[in-house]
Amino acid sequence: MCLGIPGQIVAVTDEARLMAMAEVSGVRREVNVACIADGPPGDLVGKWALIHVGFAMAVIDEAEADATLRALRGLGEAQETLQAMEAGAAALEGRG
Amino acid sequence: MKYAEEFRDPAAARAVLERIATMADRIGATPESPVRIMEICGGHTHAIFRYGLDKLVHPGIEFIHGPGCPVCVLPMSRVDECVALAERAEVILATFGDAMRVPGTRKSLLQAKADGADIRMVYSPLDALELARRNPDREVVFFGLGFETTTPSTALSIQQAAREGLGNFSVFCNHITVPPPIKALLDDPHMGLDGFVGPGHVSMVIGIHPYDFIARDYGKPIVVAGFEPLDLLQSVLMVLDQIATGRAEVENQYARVVPEHGNPVSLAAIADVYEPRPSFEWRGLGEIEESGLRIRPVYAAWDAEAKFAIGYGAGRRVVAEPEGCACGAVMTGRIKPTDCPQFGRGCTPEMPLGALMVSSEGACAAYWQYGGARAAAE
Ligand code: SF4
Repeated sequence: MCLGIPGQIVAVTDEARLMAMAEVSGVRREVNVACIADGPPGDLVGKWALIHVGFAMAVIDEAEADATLRALRGLGEAQETLQAMEAGAAALEGRG
Repeated sequence: MKYAEEFRDPAAARAVLERIATMADRIGATPESPVRIMEICGGHTHAIFRYGLDKLVHPGIEFIHGPGCPVCVLPMSRVDECVALAERAEVILATFGDAMRVPGTRKSLLQAKADGADIRMVYSPLDALELARRNPDREVVFFGLGFETTTPSTALSIQQAAREGLGNFSVFCNHITVPPPIKALLDDPHMGLDGFVGPGHVSMVIGIHPYDFIARDYGKPIVVAGFEPLDLLQSVLMVLDQIATGRAEVENQYARVVPEHGNPVSLAAIADVYEPRPSFEWRGLGEIEESGLRIRPVYAAWDAEAKFAIGYGAGRRVVAEPEGCACGAVMTGRIKPTDCPQFGRGCTPEMPLGALMVSSEGACAAYWQYGGARAAAE
C-alpha cells in the first residue's frame, strides 16, 4: 500500500476529471493524473508515472520505471499491487 | 557475500559495501558500539530483510526499524471503531487489503467480514467513490489510512465527492504524518540514534524540507532513499560520510523521483481537505502531538467521524495492547522482534497478535518471513 508502482499512461479517459488509462505490468487500470498534469492531460500519453493507490504521483523515465518494477518484484510488492487492483475490480461487482 | 548475486549490479553493490566498511572503521563503529541508523519507512525495512542488507554491511552498523508502517501503528481503538462502522447495516466499508488482519479488541475486519459485515477490499479510494455511485441507497465509508504518500489520494477523492455532490461517501480518516514521530523518537533519551534513512515515496509528496529540524535542531544526518538495494546502501554510505565529516544535513539520494519541494498539487489538496489533530495515538508510541490529520469542518459531510458521531473526542478510550505483546519496544528499536516473548509462539503472520506481524512492512513479519531462509543459508 505504501509503495507506488510504475505504469505507462496510454489514453485520457475523462479530461474534466483528469482520469487516464494506465498500463501497469500488462494490466490496464484507470488512474487519476491530477498530481502530474501541468498542461492538457493528453500530453501525458506515452509517459511513465509512479502510481500510488490509483493516483499518478510522479513522472519518471522508462529506465527508472524498469528499475523500480524490478525492485518491487523482488519484494513481492508488484504482485501484491496487481492482486489489489483485481480485488478492487471485484469489489465493484460485489464479488469481493 | 552470498546475497550479492541477487543485486542487479553485484559489482556496484560490492564496491559500496567496501566503502561503507572503510567509513565505518574510520568512525570506529564496532558491534559493541555500533552506529545506529533508523530506516523510517516500512518498505525500506522490507527491502533490508529481503536482501539481507543488515548482514551484508559492516558489523558496526545497526539498522533500527522505524515506525513507518501505517498499518502497524494503527491503534486498536481505531480498528474497533472501524469494525463497529462496518457492522452497521447501511454501511459498505471499503478498505485497503493491508488493514484487514489488524487485530482489534473484539475482532479484525477480516473476522467482521466473515461474520457478515459488508466489507470490500479496494485498491484505491477511487474504487470506493465508484462504489458510492453504484450504491446510492448505501453509505460507503472508506477506511483512509497511510502516511503522506496516501493522504493526497483521499484528499482528492473527497474533493471529487464534493464536486459531484456524492452524499453517501465518507472517509474514516486515520492519516498520519512522518515528521512528528521522528521528533518524538529523537526526544526519547533511550533511543540513541545516529542518523536516518528517509522515506522515498512520502518525500515525493512532501519534499525534503520537513526533515530540516532533524539536522538543524538535533544535529543528525538524514538521507532520503530509493527502494532498490543499491539505493539503500548508497544512502547508508551518505549517512556515514556525514558522520565521518562532522556534518548533519538533509540529503536526497532519490532525487530522480523526489523533488526538493514535493508535489504541489498533492500538497494543495492535503491543505484544503485536512488539518492537524491536536494529537493522535500511535500503537506502541502513545499519543503524539500534531501527528494525525482530520477532515476540515467544510468537508464534514464526507467525514465519517462527524457523520456517525464517532472517533476522537467522542468517548474515545485508549485500549491496552494484548498481554505479553512487545510491539512498542520493537517499534522504537529498543528490542529486536525475536526478543518478544510472543514471537513465533502466540504471534505469527497467520495469527497475528501485534500489528507488526500483520503487514509485510512490519519488522516482525519481515523477521519471520526472511528469518527461515536466512537461517538455512547461514
Ligand atoms: S512478535 Fe507479535 S506481539 Fe511481539 S512485538 Fe512482534 S508483532 Fe508485537
